[in-house]
Amino acid sequence: MSAREEILGRVRVALSDVDHVPAPPVAPRITPVDDVVGLFAERVADYRAEVVRTTSAGLAAAVAAALPPGDGRVVVPADLSFEVPGAVADDGTFTSYWLDSTAAVVTEARVGIAETGTIVLDHGQGQGRRAITLVPDWHVCVVRADQVVVDVPDAIALLDPSRPQTWISGPSATSDIELDRVEGVHGPRTLHVIVVD
Amino acid sequence: MSGTFVGMPKFPTAAKEALGNAQLRHNLAHATGTIRAKRAAVVGEVDQWEELRLAGAGVKEAALRTLDVQLEKLEASLTANGATVHWARDAAEANRIVADIAKAHDADEVVKVKSMLTQEIGLNEALAEEGIAAWETDLAELIVQLGDDLPSHILVPAIHRNRAEIREIFLDGMAKAGRPAPDDLTDEPAVLAAAARAHLREKFLRAKVGVSGANFAVADSGTLVVVESEGNGRMCLTLPEVLVSVVGIEKVVSTWDELDPLLRLLPRSSTGERMNPYTSTWSGVTPGDGPQEVHVVLLDNGRTNALADEVGRQALRCIRCSACLNVCPVYERTGGHAYGSVYPGPIGAILNPLLKGVGHDEQVDSLPYASSLCGACFEVCPVRIDIPSVLVDQRAKVVDAHRGGVPKPEAVAFKGAAVALSRSRLLGAGERFTGVGIRLARRVGVKKWTDARDLPDAPQESFRRWWKRTDGGRK
Repeated sequence: MSAREEILGRVRVALSDVDHVPAPPVAPRITPVDDVVGLFAERVADYRAEVVRTTSAGLAAAVAAALPPGDGRVVVPADLSFEVPGAVADDGTFTSYWLDSTAAVVTEARVGIAETGTIVLDHGQGQGRRAITLVPDWHVCVVRADQVVVDVPDAIALLDPSRPQTWISGPSATSDIELDRVEGVHGPRTLHVIVVD
Repeated sequence: MSGTFVGMPKFPTAAKEALGNAQLRHNLAHATGTIRAKRAAVVGEVDQWEELRLAGAGVKEAALRTLDVQLEKLEASLTANGATVHWARDAAEANRIVADIAKAHDADEVVKVKSMLTQEIGLNEALAEEGIAAWETDLAELIVQLGDDLPSHILVPAIHRNRAEIREIFLDGMAKAGRPAPDDLTDEPAVLAAAARAHLREKFLRAKVGVSGANFAVADSGTLVVVESEGNGRMCLTLPEVLVSVVGIEKVVSTWDELDPLLRLLPRSSTGERMNPYTSTWSGVTPGDGPQEVHVVLLDNGRTNALADEVGRQALRCIRCSACLNVCPVYERTGGHAYGSVYPGPIGAILNPLLKGVGHDEQVDSLPYASSLCGACFEVCPVRIDIPSVLVDQRAKVVDAHRGGVPKPEAVAFKGAAVALSRSRLLGAGERFTGVGIRLARRVGVKKWTDARDLPDAPQESFRRWWKRTDGGRK
């Protein structure tokens, strides 16, 4: 008998006493908040990410100010909806080593979650493939105010599971040494979030 | 390479040794105290935490009770998404599958995301025998691996090590495994983390094969989910050409929407954060993004034994948050090694006997007793596993498994008590000799019992004699 048949058979025998399966209770929703975008900005900042709020007119200046000092290379997705002067557009061929010598990346996002201060990338429009927001040490992420939802279930409802996703809550961190939180292990050690009202 | 738990002594023996280690107890008290406070603060923020727990428990329970259907659905959607699905009955079969995939790509090393399951099956050791180096990339796992040590906590496997010990391990171990630690390494956590970043980066960039587990597997969409903090998970899931995920069959949930209560419950219960820094989800192969060859190994390794246990099957709801370890008065004092398993603490005390079965290994049989039954574990469990009830049930199963043969003194004493307590005259006669009995017990020594408990003095008169003499206090 194949492993598949054997395991499925054992599962069926194990469950032979089960005569009903209760439907899971509906998960509770949090009380609606008045200033969803304000809560989002506050919660992102709690993770020691840099957060600024701006308007579409101020976006270019905000991005320029959020980039690292020096003249290190900046990579952007090819379909980014705004210009980043001097940045290189990813054509999908750059190697991990090339990305490792890139100073920063600028992207957009798919959803922002206010309650948890989370940015979700689904690596679609303006977000690029996963590697470009991972290997460079500095990530500037632009979130539109109308992309921010209240809580996790709102985000889940908007997201398409068939797309790869990266949920980001602050810069890379660890608490593995005496449970002392340290920002910056393998992911980008600096995270700038620009919220465009 | 880190060691294994094979041949560990039973819990009381191992616990006694651990209790004598003052450094260990200090490290543990500090760490569990810190994380308990963090968890309490973020759980307190959620108004309807209990309703959220009920929803989380419900999602997992419904999936477990329809597990055969869910697994077939998961297989079909993964396959449709371009992943290759393998099934493994036990550890050896799963290890064989992973090794064969690595060999098919001429890989002599793999990078690994922290995974309880691959520790349970001893994957690193099995790959080493095939000449394949498995690099742990989670900081705590790296500390354990470089220190040739064993994990002692589900979430923070190196919780038993302090910063000074970690510095020594890095100075000594990194050079042997690749890029050495810098000479001026201090014991500052930020400096140690930076050393790990530099040490592992070369491994991430050149890796051909990545190995992961999964926190959740969504049957409907064929999506796997990995929840992490450092970004080492993202590295392993994104940069290699080939990705192999070894997933326990109990990790399945039915639909994408059902991730909601779980993704809210896990980080608050586990690291005490509103959300963990990184969560990655992927559904098979995405052209032009990430690994272009994706394998998923669905593993039983005792899970169907646990599923067949009507009381114990709830343990398979576990989402490995480790909140029960952090609140357990026993774990806080003995640490994780005493449990002799990758799953320590209250959840380990039920999961190990459920997965492995009782009655054939005294170490496993000792685990259901590694508890004061105080119930703190049940109170914090985000998926409401009633650990104390399962512990009591497992104790009964251990006793049942040892029926026949030479009875233990405890069993003889309880048999005697059963006879005496069911016959009034016999009980009266026995009571007259209570004082003699206690004095005798002190003399001949029931030392094992009295070492940790007081043996009271016998009363002057038994209750029944007092009642007879005073007519229940009326005379």
